[in-house]
This record gives sequence, structure tokens and C-alpha cells, in this order.
Amino acid sequence: MKAFEIVSQAIDPQHYADMVLRPEAGAVTLFTGHVREWTKGVRTLYLSYEAYIPMAEKKLAQIGAEIEERWPGAKTAIAHRIGELAISDIAVVIAVSSPRRKAAYEANEYAIERIKEIVPIWKKEIWEDGEEWIGDQKKKPGGEGL
Amino acid sequence: MITIHYFAGLKEVTGIAQEQADLSGRTVEELGQWAAEKYPGILAGASRIAVNEEYALPEDLLENGDIAAFIPPVSGG
Repeated sequence: MKAFEIVSQAIDPQHYADMVLRPEAGAVTLFTGHVREWTKGVRTLYLSYEAYIPMAEKKLAQIGAEIEERWPGAKTAIAHRIGELAISDIAVVIAVSSPRRKAAYEANEYAIERIKEIVPIWKKEIWEDGEEWIGDQKKKPGGEGL
Repeated sequence: MITIHYFAGLKEVTGIAQEQADLSGRTVEELGQWAAEKYPGILAGASRIAVNEEYALPEDLLENGDIAAFIPPVSGG
């Protein structure tokens, strides 16, 4: 198991918490993102995630490096699942350890925001009466558009 | 030759997941124009182009063996 990875099986969050735990850590924050049934009044039956796997894993590792730079002493592990996921399944897990709790909370939220900006993973929502690839959930920073 | 990947909704626009094209020496912007002629509407669905697993700039030059990818707006998490 890698500290920054795309997986196609169910995620066990504890593995990633264990990966960042070390003697100097006084706090570990563990975020799990789950498949939600209702989005803006529309019922999702299940989700299908696709990733550009090698680039996605590189970008997850980049987020880990950004966190180490912004919160010295923080250590991160992130996994994102792809394929078909049912309601309440874990889609993403982010574990951050740091000497003190504030950095672990802040860095963990930073990680999910960055995932939504730069990691090439795409979600398709499947409803009772159709399906759609979801994009543009968050405005992208900078002028990198085509 | 370069390899070009299409992901998510763009795969439905092109009908293929990847292909090869003789675009060595051309820019990323020219790759976008080439694809837009072949697949009308593709640029509306792509927010960025990656080359060798890193986001590229329009003026970046493509080299033989490069792997390019049209990246739709991401929606992980």
C-alpha cells in the first residue's frame, strides 16, 4: 500500500491513519468522503469514478508535499477509490498527522480542497432517469484553461 | 508520434480512450486545434491538457513519445 494511491477496492481508513502515525505526532485527523444519496434534490443510485491513475497519484503526492511545506512536521496519506461505488461507500480518505492538532485539522481540509482542484479524477452520477459526468464543482485558480 | 488520452465525458465525445498522432514539434495549443477539428466540441469539455502527467501550457512543445491527455474539469473527492 502506498501513501498516495488510487484504489479499486473498498478503502480501510485505519491503514492510512496507521501510515502517518509516528512518535512525534500528537494528532491524527482522518477524513472520509462518502457517496451521498441526495444532491440538490436529485437522488443518486450509485457513482462511478474514473482517474488518470499515474497522474492522479503524482498529484496526490504533490498535495502531500505542499502540506509538508505549509505545515512543517505534518505527514499525509491519501487514497481515492475508482470504479462503481454505492451510497455511503468511502470514495476518499485523507489522514494527516502533526505534532499539534491545529495543523492536522487545517492540512486535512486543504487536502480535500486541492483534490477538487488538481487531481484528475472524475465522478459520474447515475440517477433513476439518467447519468452525467460531474465537473466544475469548484472554480479553478489561475489561468490554466484552454 | 505522440499518444493522446481522453477521459470521462471526453471519451464519449471522441468515441475512443486513446490514439496516436504525428504532432511532434507542434505546440500544446496546436494539439488542441487539431483535436477540435477532429472532434467538434472537445475544447468545451476539456479544461486543461496534460503532457507526460503534468499540466501543460499552450506554448509547450510536443516531442516524439510524449503522452498527452485532455483533462475535463475534475470532480474527485
